[in-house]
Amino acid sequence: MHEFVTNLPVYREAIRQTFFIVIISVVAGGLLGLALGLVLYATRPGNLMANRAVFLAVNVLVNVIRPIPFVIFLTAIQPVMLHTIGTTIGTNAVTFALSLSAAFAISRIVEQNLLTVDPGVIEAARAAGARPVGILLTVLIPEALGPMILGYTFIFVAVVDMSAQAGLFGGGGLGDFAITYGSQRYNWPVVYITVATIVVIVQAGQFLGNWLARRALRR
Amino acid sequence: MSVGTQAAGAPPQVHVRFEHVGKTFPGKGRRGAPLVALEDISLEISRGEVFGIIGYSGAGKSTLVRLINGLETPTSGRVHVGPHDLTALSERDRREVRRDIGMIFQQFNLFRSRTVAGNVAYPLKVAGVRRPERDRRVARLLDFVGLLDRAHDHPERLSGGQKQRVGIARALATEPSLLLADEATSALDPETTGEVLALLRRVNRDLGVTIVIITHELDVIRSTADRVAVLDAGRLVETGSVYDVFARPRTEAAGRFVGTALRDRPSPATLARLRRTHSGRLVTVRVRDQQGFQTRLARTFLDHQVAAEIVFGGISELQERPVGSLTFDLTGPGAAVDAVLAALRSDGVDVIEENPDPEPDPQEGA
Repeated sequence: MHEFVTNLPVYREAIRQTFFIVIISVVAGGLLGLALGLVLYATRPGNLMANRAVFLAVNVLVNVIRPIPFVIFLTAIQPVMLHTIGTTIGTNAVTFALSLSAAFAISRIVEQNLLTVDPGVIEAARAAGARPVGILLTVLIPEALGPMILGYTFIFVAVVDMSAQAGLFGGGGLGDFAITYGSQRYNWPVVYITVATIVVIVQAGQFLGNWLARRALRR
Repeated sequence: MSVGTQAAGAPPQVHVRFEHVGKTFPGKGRRGAPLVALEDISLEISRGEVFGIIGYSGAGKSTLVRLINGLETPTSGRVHVGPHDLTALSERDRREVRRDIGMIFQQFNLFRSRTVAGNVAYPLKVAGVRRPERDRRVARLLDFVGLLDRAHDHPERLSGGQKQRVGIARALATEPSLLLADEATSALDPETTGEVLALLRRVNRDLGVTIVIITHELDVIRSTADRVAVLDAGRLVETGSVYDVFARPRTEAAGRFVGTALRDRPSPATLARLRRTHSGRLVTVRVRDQQGFQTRLARTFLDHQVAAEIVFGGISELQERPVGSLTFDLTGPGAAVDAVLAALRSDGVDVIEENPDPEPDPQEGA
């Protein structure tokens, strides 16, 4: 316990890094995933902006990238990282990779939830003279918002999990802290406290997600 | 209201015109057979009328109504709405035309994520109407359909009839000149159906909106429509005033449909029972909208000394005119009964002999 106290500043910094990684990844990946999900939904044959070529291309891209385990994805996209953010290690690199990875997972969640929206409602919006893009943004997203928030919450938990794995690559954050200051020094209290911290973050996120979803569903 | 005014006595202005319209859906999958939904449909709907389209499910009614607001495009022929040839317009221009056409649906299709007021406001937002004006119009529309006090509720808290009234308010938001009702009362109980139809009649009468009603329920047509078209297996088999089509269907398909609705002709089972208890000839006469029709009928029977007993049928009212049929058991000398039938027919009365005997014998009873 004594040793943990001396590591307190590092622990605080680790929490800050985890929050940075997770929040940026969920927001950036969330927006990109939303866009991809909307494209998948809208271009699907028979839908609002049916476009076979675009649908097939995005569909294949998502199917190829999504099954890649995150730690492998992280190393596989290093060339891309070098070109875009100029580094392949550290917190920024991990955040970049995590954002991309989350985006592909979210695209499917968004697509699935949009598909559950009653086609009759879309027809009503078309009959009112709305444009396809307008229908996507002002009808489909609001109608699917409740389940979509739960989907985002699920992804948030997965991102916290993956951000800890990224600690193996020197990405910073609580995973890194638990490995470097905990398990590698056989300092188990550090490991347990870190685990407890992650559990608290996940619980808080889940609670917030449930609360927002309930408000959106008005139940 | 953006209703085209017309001088009294002027010929009715055509609002919707179909010219040899056909619609074929491509088959599902690579080898699926294409589905012919509509074939060679030509019809005209006048401005300000309530036009009904009836047919069994699968007859193509829903496809037909979606051609009017361009949610579907025909594979052949032309669809005109007002001055526009929808088939020649781009999707962007069709969207503009749609804002002058309201639509209501069987399952209401309200936005669950919006309040009642939000649902009604949606078409106004789409049309770019600004806030204060939008709020004013939403309040006026909700007042019109009697739901002003539910403005801030979400649709799931409303009954079916209330939901459809919100649907109507939403459809009327942009002050359209044409309203399409796709099985709008089919999900409602009879009492609520009556309320919704009364509202539709008010929309037609007070606001001058042309209404096209798609339904499989004849009572809806009977109580609401001015003219009706009968759709059978993708073809238009009959078009005319509701009275003419119901009282005197010209085609077999229309007769079948109307017969099931009026239930004024005895069924084969009923006929068999009647024949067991009645020895005379069973004849069904279609009631005509003429002064003293029944009196003349009775006099014809008397003149030929034929006894006539009413064994089936009834008379009701359609568009404020009598409609129905009466089945008589005619007894008397055979030649006299024949003479009665000849006299009625020469008088222009529709007479149907309910006598398809297994082996008809023209000399029977002579």
